Amino acid sequence: MTPLQTLTEQARALASGPIAGPEEAEVARQLQICNACRYCEGFCAVFPAMTRRLEFPPADVHYLANLCHNCGACLHACQYAPPHEFAVNLPRAMARVRARTYADYAWPRPLGALFARNGLALSLALALAMSLLLAAALVRTGSLTAVPAGGDFYAVFPHGWMVGLFAPTFGFALLALGVGLWRFWRDQAPVREDEDRLAATREAGRDAIALTYLDGGHGEGYHNEDDRWTHARRHAHHLTVAGFALCFAATSVATLYHYLGGWVAPYDLPSLPKVLGVVGGVGLLLGPAALAVLRVRRDPEHGAREQRSMDLGFAALLWLSGATGLALWLARGHAGQTLWLAIHLGCVLALFVTLPYSKFAHGPYRVAALLKYAIERRQPDRLRLGGE
Amino acid sequence: MIDVLVVGGGNAALCAALVAREAGASVLLLEAAPRAWRGGNSMHTRNLRCMHDAPQDVLTDAYPEEEFWQDLLKVTGGRTDEALARRVIRASSTVRPWMRGHGVHFQPSLSGTLHLSRTNAFFMGGGKALVNAYYRSAERLGVRVRYASAVARLEVDDGRFVAAFTDAGERIAARSCVLACGGFESNRDWLREAWGRNDRGEWPADRFLIRGTRYNQGQVLRELMALGADTLGDPTQAHMVAIDARAPLYDGGICTRVDCVSLGIVVNRDARRFYDEGEDFWPKRYAIWGRLVAQQPGQIAHSIIDAKAVGRFMPPVFEGARADTLAGLAPQLGLDPAVLEDTVRAFNAACRPGRFDHAVLDDCRTDGLEPPKTHWALPLDRPPFRGYTLRPGVTFTYLGARVDDRARVHFGGRPSANLFAAGELMAGNVLGQGYTAGVGMTIGTVFGRIAGAEAARACGHGAAASRVPDALEASLP
Repeated sequence: MTPLQTLTEQARALASGPIAGPEEAEVARQLQICNACRYCEGFCAVFPAMTRRLEFPPADVHYLANLCHNCGACLHACQYAPPHEFAVNLPRAMARVRARTYADYAWPRPLGALFARNGLALSLALALAMSLLLAAALVRTGSLTAVPAGGDFYAVFPHGWMVGLFAPTFGFALLALGVGLWRFWRDQAPVREDEDRLAATREAGRDAIALTYLDGGHGEGYHNEDDRWTHARRHAHHLTVAGFALCFAATSVATLYHYLGGWVAPYDLPSLPKVLGVVGGVGLLLGPAALAVLRVRRDPEHGAREQRSMDLGFAALLWLSGATGLALWLARGHAGQTLWLAIHLGCVLALFVTLPYSKFAHGPYRVAALLKYAIERRQPDRLRLGGE
Repeated sequence: MIDVLVVGGGNAALCAALVAREAGASVLLLEAAPRAWRGGNSMHTRNLRCMHDAPQDVLTDAYPEEEFWQDLLKVTGGRTDEALARRVIRASSTVRPWMRGHGVHFQPSLSGTLHLSRTNAFFMGGGKALVNAYYRSAERLGVRVRYASAVARLEVDDGRFVAAFTDAGERIAARSCVLACGGFESNRDWLREAWGRNDRGEWPADRFLIRGTRYNQGQVLRELMALGADTLGDPTQAHMVAIDARAPLYDGGICTRVDCVSLGIVVNRDARRFYDEGEDFWPKRYAIWGRLVAQQPGQIAHSIIDAKAVGRFMPPVFEGARADTLAGLAPQLGLDPAVLEDTVRAFNAACRPGRFDHAVLDDCRTDGLEPPKTHWALPLDRPPFRGYTLRPGVTFTYLGARVDDRARVHFGGRPSANLFAAGELMAGNVLGQGYTAGVGMTIGTVFGRIAGAEAARACGHGAAASRVPDALEASLP
């Protein structure tokens, strides 16, 4: 593709929804087969949403792809899956479109594309670079090997620095995610205003938190290595989300303590920030590790191989953030404490810098798709296909 | 030596293998297909017709024995064995807990199938999900499974099963055997021979598509006939549906059906109508259209609709031919434009005004047209026009082995002591012609279980010499 063509395509995409690439066309092709079959209707929300449509333009494909939780049920049950010549593999086709969602809707877009391809390497490199950078800064101030009295890390890394580093990073991540989400939502057909928005929102929130559509529709779970049902990924995901949320809560509580209570870090057990942080840190050790193992063991037919790097990259950053946080705690008062501080801050910084372009982005898009589904589901189906 | 050899790898074979294993027999299952294509026609199914006297989980209202029996009597035109049929019907009310115990999940009727919500329990994910669950359960229980192992010959001594020979020539002896390996619909030579040559000099079966597996070659059925087993059914009888002509030769399954026939007109190769498209609701008529198309020159027909029909029928798997004029549509379908325009003009002129409603047998019909269209007759006048080319698609054949209520294969009127049949291979005992949704899976499940229990019992396993129903009850979780 020439640069001019690329520019034209991007301009068109900015003006009128996602780029209609081969990934979107492949999902549309497969959904036309699914829509004529419909055996999988009970598994998840994707198929009931599909039956409300006769055609699958790119924006609808992005919506349905993000509604897909990649449980693999429809692939194992499919009479048209390879080696059938119809070659229906919806989990893989959907995964490829989701990769496009994360890349195409990302803001700025080139960063999204970069991560879609090299998630794992980029995440690790960034964590390493940030850690080195912070360590180097501390070497310059001569405080890297110092053991601060009482483990007071603000002595080596003033509070103002941290705020100056993290507040803009976090703010930018929120902005970038917001822009991506806004673009995604804008491309969806407008939803009617007279629906029960509160009930729909509640339903979407519940389905997002509980991972309802990883239960196979019958409550026995999803497929990982083969056609056996399991809840493993659901449990690992719950652990990860809980770990992330607890660590986030620990930081938030600590911030309140700092500014309102004048109670300055470091905190010790059994203080609230410490308890939240340690429990959350353990969650981030176990959850992302389990997710990564499940991802590696996953039936390669289920997903897009090229997305594995992105999945593992995000899991690695979460794990590193948790692990280095706990290491920092254990190193308190020892010679390595300041180095661990640099490494921990580097990892967390890398995690937040990459948030809008990493696998984290699946969260907002998934929630948006669930919300759209919950709203759409409450509207009357305008199709009357007979056979009733 | 193993106790029970199961020949076949679809629903009936798996039910037989599971029940025999549960009774304590050692079981070897031979599936002709490689693993990726396992399950025969069962992988294309989606539900099971169930008798029930009150609403049950996914089944609404009630579907009593007598109504089920009357439905069966009607579709078969009396070509059924009442004792066996009632056996199947009664057992259909109790099989589902056992199925669930082996990992089968049920769901309410799918969108577009509300008319089946009372009578049919749908498998979540369809028949392939059911087949996967059964294989998983069979392996867990210790049933040995061999794929890509078609049986070519049987060794039978005075009505007693001795051994089976695989395609590769391997001899496998067993104490008893269940044959559940389908009909012969995938064997195109046999279909050609059965259908013969018509008055136009055509071999109609050469133009048939097979909706299901390519592995139902009928080798075992032919072997049974050669060994003198009692058979029943007419080899030219097959369940046939009008499907999209672009469907693959095998395994097109459900999605290749074209559901707009009753909303437009159907013309043959000469662009002439040949049958009442609006005779009855499409789900009640699609099965006769296979044979209707088979009787047309070239075994081909074209369903033509206008823009009014779009969104009123299940979306087709292939895009139709499309044009703003009939003259533009005709060449895409290989039709003479002038004749097609003439046919549509005559049809449009004959449409009487009425209140169109495709959910009821409405009063939109033609007047003075031959053949008439008795319902849903609206003039084809709103472009774009669409056309779908149709061919006959064979679902299954009816020719099979005669069995009794213990699934025993008979030789010269005498039941075999250790050879049993289940599934499509013997479905003709209950379903001599016609079809009603989900009844094939009901017969396969019920007779698969009977055959499995009997085969186990024939080698000393299971409820000692008790009646089979007791043995089946005992095997319920």
